[in-house]
Order: sequence, then structure tokens, then C-alpha cells
Amino acid sequence: MSLEMPEPDAGVLARREEIILALRAIVPGEGVIDDPSALLVYESDGLTAYRQPPMVAVLPETTAQVAAILRWCHLNGVKLVPRGSGTSLSGGALPLADGVLLGLGKFKRVLDIDPANRVAVLQPGVTNLAVTQAIEHLGFYYAPDPSSQIACSIGGNVAENSGGVHCLKYGLTTNNVLGVEFVTIEGEIMRIGGRGLDAAGLDLLGVIVGSEGLLGVVTEVTVRILPKPEAARALLLGFATVEGAGRCVAEVIAAGIIPAGMEMMDRLAIHAAEAFVHAGYPLDVEALLIVELDGPEAECSELIGEVEAIATGNGAVYARISQSEQERLNFWAGRKAAFPAVGRLAPDFYCMDGTIPRRRLPDVLTRMKMLSAQYGLGVANVFHAGDGNLHPLILYDVNKPGDLDKAEEFGADILRFCVEMGGVLTGEHGVGVEKRELMPVMFTEADIAQQWHVKCAFDSKSLLNPGKMFPLLHRCAELGRVHVHGGQMAFPELPRF
Amino acid sequence: MLRPATEAELSEIVGEAAATGGRLAIRGGGSKIEIGAPEENVRALEMRGFDGVVDYDPPELVLTVRAGTRLAEVQALVAGQNQMLAFEPFDHGPIFGRPAGDATIGGVVAANVSGSQRISSGALRDHLLGVRAVSGRGELFVSGAKVVKNVTGYDLPKLLAGSWGRLAALTEVTLKVLPAPRMAVTCVLRGLAPEAAVQAMAAAMGSQAEVAAAAHRPMPEPMTLFRLQGFNASVTARMQALERRLAPFGQLQRAAEAEALWEELRSLAPLPVDVPLWRVSVPPAAGGGLGRTLQALGAEWLLDWAGGLAWISMADGAAVRQAAAAAGGHAMLLRGPAALRAVVPAFHPQASALAALEGRVRKAFDPAGVFETGRF
Ligand SMILES: Cc1cc2nc3c(=O)[nH]c(=O)nc-3n(C[C@H](O)[C@H](O)[C@H](O)COP(=O)(O)OP(=O)(O)OC[C@H]3O[C@@H](n4cnc5c(N)ncnc54)[C@H](O)[C@@H]3O)c2cc1C
Repeated sequence: MSLEMPEPDAGVLARREEIILALRAIVPGEGVIDDPSALLVYESDGLTAYRQPPMVAVLPETTAQVAAILRWCHLNGVKLVPRGSGTSLSGGALPLADGVLLGLGKFKRVLDIDPANRVAVLQPGVTNLAVTQAIEHLGFYYAPDPSSQIACSIGGNVAENSGGVHCLKYGLTTNNVLGVEFVTIEGEIMRIGGRGLDAAGLDLLGVIVGSEGLLGVVTEVTVRILPKPEAARALLLGFATVEGAGRCVAEVIAAGIIPAGMEMMDRLAIHAAEAFVHAGYPLDVEALLIVELDGPEAECSELIGEVEAIATGNGAVYARISQSEQERLNFWAGRKAAFPAVGRLAPDFYCMDGTIPRRRLPDVLTRMKMLSAQYGLGVANVFHAGDGNLHPLILYDVNKPGDLDKAEEFGADILRFCVEMGGVLTGEHGVGVEKRELMPVMFTEADIAQQWHVKCAFDSKSLLNPGKMFPLLHRCAELGRVHVHGGQMAFPELPRF
Repeated sequence: MLRPATEAELSEIVGEAAATGGRLAIRGGGSKIEIGAPEENVRALEMRGFDGVVDYDPPELVLTVRAGTRLAEVQALVAGQNQMLAFEPFDHGPIFGRPAGDATIGGVVAANVSGSQRISSGALRDHLLGVRAVSGRGELFVSGAKVVKNVTGYDLPKLLAGSWGRLAALTEVTLKVLPAPRMAVTCVLRGLAPEAAVQAMAAAMGSQAEVAAAAHRPMPEPMTLFRLQGFNASVTARMQALERRLAPFGQLQRAAEAEALWEELRSLAPLPVDVPLWRVSVPPAAGGGLGRTLQALGAEWLLDWAGGLAWISMADGAAVRQAAAAAGGHAMLLRGPAALRAVVPAFHPQASALAALEGRVRKAFDPAGVFETGRF
């Protein structure tokens, strides 16, 4: 593993027993875990290439306990890593050798369902899918639907600003959260936002969502819930070229249609998915599109026809419209199983998450082919086509010496190219430890410094989830003034941190 | 007056103010200049020099414009491509007795201006994808990006939306645009009491009718408005569904002159101009009770956002703030005489821990207080 984490603090490690006792005084019984073998459960998250057991884990059950833990750690200079379900794909929940892992798994209650205000109030450990399950009897659902929704927690969704296949039409987590209860590293409990549509003062909620556990701990979440659409229908479209599929996507949107979901898969992903779940995908195409429309029955039937015509006009060689709910779900089954399906092609795969302006898709895929040959590693692509969020899945074998390093370099090259094309390093998985050192590819020294100033306003000792999101070697005290004149900086392409 | 034309000039101006204890009041079109306490000992920093469209590619749903560009120009540009700013921004000019047309997109962003469609489509903050700005340190920084989906780094654009010029001077903003609806109709229920109106709006918003906007005006004759928009067949089907759903509240009718009704709501024309005006944000279900309570104390009022936004005309500010807080919301003094604005803070006071955190965040952008003009 090539990852470098902040040097463990020998002073803190020496105080391990004292720290465990202090935590036990706050959370009694089983809630403090210090047995080395039990701690292995937490040694990694969804980015399994990196592993590090925590010094100790604590599983509080109340907000007061969370506040007491944070206050104690703050006073005693001990680092913390918050964790929901541990499905982060960017190593956001990777523990620290000299840090406390703060698990929110016991915060499992749905606190309130309020149809009159169209909100639900949840503890952070409630899984994403459980939110919809708790409200569907009232005709509502929670829109953001990451593929990990049976496992990932709503607190983790808030921390990562997670998306899903529906987020082009319905938004990311940030667009669907109205309030949080939030505990600062000093142990202050505050409410930010609520059931109204905005809060007084600065939009602190806006920066807490997506802050990857670096600003504080979320102990309650108020989400916006939506009435379940009357109908949903999907089209399965096959194209002889990726360009044709890309043009089809652009024309659908240019026609004024924002589908509930619009997903693309490339040839390797199609074949892998078909072999895995037998969804009935055509195998002789270069690109497959799934376009889903939802709303009143009348709208679905009107738009299905329009989308089909656009697809045909752009050279679709295969088009099928779902005739039943079962068939619609079948179309999705392959896409939803794309990660494990591709996982069967090689011992390991590494999932990337860049976003690009959609018109750049052919350039990016061409570059990926080149890189694939250069590194000698295969790559399959699934793509949230509507919003330009690309998930290249790089195939490698961790047991082959050098393969993991190559996969990481390949991934970094893809992300650099995404940025070069006007895109970004991550569309929904977060920076975490994984892309931390790539931040200077997208941001200047001054850009990163401004983000770091915000971090320091919340956590001046940098105790919350250190080693994530920012390139290493940041300390609040060392922030100097960055000299930038009109955006001109010498060698802007060079990392500064 | 300072009128930088480039980001380098702007950086220099702000950097110099920071070094010498100067105070800068950022100005876009000046449409909201009468909000907040009158400023003293400040220099106006005029942003109109940052004008024009940088990049607009309709199928990408992304628009990048310089911050000093007029809102009206931006709206005309996207309308020309059958697109819209779905948060339905508006010009504050008419609220202050001036013609519309001066508001700049930078000012709209800085005030998080979101119209009636906010209830269905989100606020400006939900559509702000990226910014370029000069902080109170005089440093140019970029945050966010020019694509619709991005989680790289903190979402600083959210902090800048609604920052009222207190964090940084925006030079360029990137917004998500969406297709304009092919048709829109407005339907109305008449004669509902405040609580019933809010219940009807909740029933509508909780139905499959996909109501784009819902508002209520109690005077002279109570009217509850519902806007439906989208594809033709869909709108017709949803209108019928809504009619059935709202039958217990009365007969839903199609409104003539719908645009005029929404425009009155935007400019707040039904409310008196010589009484202080408050913008109150509460959980939507609380809007009706709030209206009734304050009406009993002499207020006139309107509701938007299905009850979540109340415009209240009332002299007794303490009563407004108390009622807002009791309902789980907050009240902003939007319009009032200068003498009142000098003593009553525009923003609802916050809990002390939160206020302290917010103060630290402001310092993170503007440690010397260059943009702290005393207005807020
Ligand atoms: C198979 C698979 C498919 C996936 N598909 C998607 C997808 O479609 N879209 C998508 O966006 N993501 C996806 N993900 C990524 C992941 O599921 C999301 O990022 C998810 O939101 C993480 O939630 P979690 O509860 O597992 O959080 P964790 O992994 O436990 O933590 C993630 C981050 O959040 C912080 N955190 C967690 N809880 C809190 C809290 N209460 N307060 C403060 N900080 C907290 C942690 O410190 C960490 O930085 C997928 C992952 C997998 C394994």
C-alpha cells in the first residue's frame, strides 16, 4: 500500500489505556471496543486496498455521549474518525492508528415522519433504503439512491453528499437535506436548519453536507421526502458507437426532457453484467443506455415515444421499452449489479468517479483505451450519462506485485484527464484519502487554502478525520498568505502542499 | 467609488483595504441596497465591470456568467434556448418602488434569491455549481466547478449563496440551468381560511400532481394558487388529479391572468409600502397559524412556498420574530425606514454557539472584516 497517513503520535499511543478508560466513563459496557481482533472489523471501508485498525472504537448511543466524547478528545488532543456503515469508496472512514473510531451504528431510529411538511427526521445510522421503507406506506420516498443503499447510512450520505441514478432529476443529498443536529469538536450541540426551507444566517448546512467527517459529527438528519411518482417506464437502447449514445443523451436533454435516470454502459460492462444477471442486454453494441421516465402515466407514454425517436435518429440499433414493472426492474438489474459483475472479470477492481462535461465523453473514452493499453490493465465503464459522472472500473490483481500501484496510477491519470477536459476529480464518492493528493490538479494553492480556512473555523486543532480530503502537511497555525495576482501564479500545475 | 475591471484589480483593492482597515460595500445593481442597516464609512465596490457570459452550452445544463451581468439578461439568454433558472430568481427593485432590471446575477447569488418555484425545484443555492471570488484577504479563489455533479472539496458555493457580500466578492458564477416547461397553468381555490389553505397546499404538494408552486393570499378575497407545468398531456392529467385531491377544500378553477397573480406575489404589491416588511421562513405547515396569529395583531401577509415563506407587513418586529421563532423559523427585516433598520438587525438573532461558529466562518474568508460594513 502506497498510502501515507499522518505519523501516529507516540504520546497518544502511550496514553491508550487512559483514553480507553475515559471513553468507558462516557459510554458504558460494550460500547467501547479495544480488543485488537474486534477492532479489525473497522480496519477499512469500501476502499479495501487501505487498511488500518483504529486505536480504539466507541459506539455511542446518545447525542450527549457523542458530545462528551468529542469534548474529551478535544481537550486531550486525540484524533477521531466518524464512521457510518463503512461503505465509503474513497477511504473516508479509514481509521487512524492513533485515533478513536466513532461509530454511529447505534443511531438507528426514525425519529419522526411529517407528511404535512414533507420531511422525515432520522438518526444518522438509519440506512438510506430504510428511509424510503419507513415512509412508503404514506406514498412517499427519499430520492437520492446510491447503489449501496441497503447498507450505507444517511449520516454517511450527508458526509459524502452521495448521489444515485436519480440525482439528475432529483438532486444529490445536499438538495434533499433541510437540517441536521451537529456536534462540534468542542462538544457543542447545534441545530442547523430544520423543517423550514432555509435557515437564518450563513448556509452552514451547505458546507457540512459533503464535508467528509472533517467538520463535526452529524447526530440527526432532517430530509425532504417526495410523493412517489404514479408511474415509471424505461427504455433500453443499444448503439453501435459511444458517440451515437452520447449524442442521444444530449438531444434528449436539448428536447427539454430530464429523465429520472439516464445510465450508460460500455461494451465490457454490458458483457459482464449480462453474464452475471442475464438481464437480456444486447451484446453486439458498443454502448447501452437505460433511460427511465417517471411521473403520470400520460407523461411517461408521451415521452417514451419522443426518446425512442431521438435514439433512432442517432443510430440506435436496439430499442426496447419496458412493458411491465418486472421488465423495467430487469433493465436495471444489470446496471445495478455492474460493480460486482465487473468484479468477476478480475480478482480486484478499482472504481473511479470523475465527472466531465458530457460532450467530452468520446475524448475521455479514447484516452482511457490508450491508458489501458499503456498500463496493461482492463477498464470497464459505467456512466451516469445524464450528469456526466463516469465510473471507470479498473481491473487488477492485488496479488500481482506492482498491480495495485499501476491501477492507482491509471486511475489518477484518468482523473487528471477529466479535470483537463473541464471536469472534476469526484462526482459523488468524495476525496477521502484516495484523491487527497490530486486536489492540486483541480485547485490552486489559494483555492485549497480557502477551504482549509473553513476547516480551521470548525476544527482548529485538526482532530476530526485528519489525513482526508486535503493534501498532507496542513496545519491551521501554518496558514500563511498566498500571493496570487489576478489568478496568475508561477507553475500553477505544480502541487504546493 | 471603486470599479475594478479585472480580478487582479479587485484583488489589489481588497488586499489594500484589508491592510489599511478599510471597509468595502460590494454593489451589484443596487436593487437590494435598502436591506440592512445604513452603512457608514464604507467605500462602494462596484461589480458591474464583471459583465458578460463566459460559457453556455445548453445540453450540458451549465451556464457560466460574470457576476455583474444583469439578471434580466441572463434570463433572456436561457429563455432563448427554452431553458430556465429553475429557482425562479426575481429582481428586488419593484419591492422598493424601483423598476426591475438593475439586479445583477452576483447580487441574486449573494442574497440566495429564490422565487415561488423554490418549493419544488430548490433554491438558488441548489443550482449554484461553482464560483470565482476574491476573499477578504484579497485572494482569488475558485470553488465548485462547471459540471452539474461534483463533490470535490467543501461546497463553498453554498456558503457564498446568501452571504450578502460578507465573505467574498464574486466575480463569476456557474449555475445549473434546466429545460423550461412546455406549458404552465395556474389553478385557484377561493375562500379558504389560513389553516385550511395551508392544509390544501400540503395535500397538493404531497400528491402526485407535481405542483411547481403553491401560494396563498388572504386579502381582499382569499385565493390559494397552484401552478402546474411540464408536458402538455402530463399537465392535463395532473390538473385532473389535483382537482380530485383538493375537492374537500373546494372547487379548483383555472385562473385567468395567472402571470399577473404570480408577479404580484413577486413584487409584494398587495402589501402596504409604509409598514415594515418581514420575510419569515417557517416549516410550511406552520404558515397558516403564523398568518392568523399575526393578523390578529394587525399584520397583513402573504404565503408562498406552500406556507414555508410568509411575507408579513407589521410594525411590531418583536412580535414577528417571536411568532417566527415559536413556529420553528426565522424572520428577516426586508423593508423599513432607515431609522428602524439602524437599530433592528436585518437577520434573526441566532443561538450563541451557532453565532460564534458563523463568526469564525466569516473570519475564515475575511479576517480583517473588510466586508463587515455594519449592514448586517
Ligand atoms: C457497492 C457500492 C456502491 C456504491 N454506490 C454509490 C452510489 O451510487 N452513489 C454514491 O454517491 N456513493 C456510492 N457508494 C459510496 C458510499 O456508499 C457512500 O459514500 C455512502 O454515503 C457512505 O455511507 P456510509 O454510511 O457507509 O459512510 P462511511 O463509509 O462510514 O463514512 C463515509 C464518510 O462519512 C463520514 N461520516 C459517516 N457518518 C458520519 C456522521 N454521522 N457525521 C459525520 N461524518 C460522518 C466518515 O467519517 C467518512 O468520511 C457506493 C459504495 C459501495 C461499496
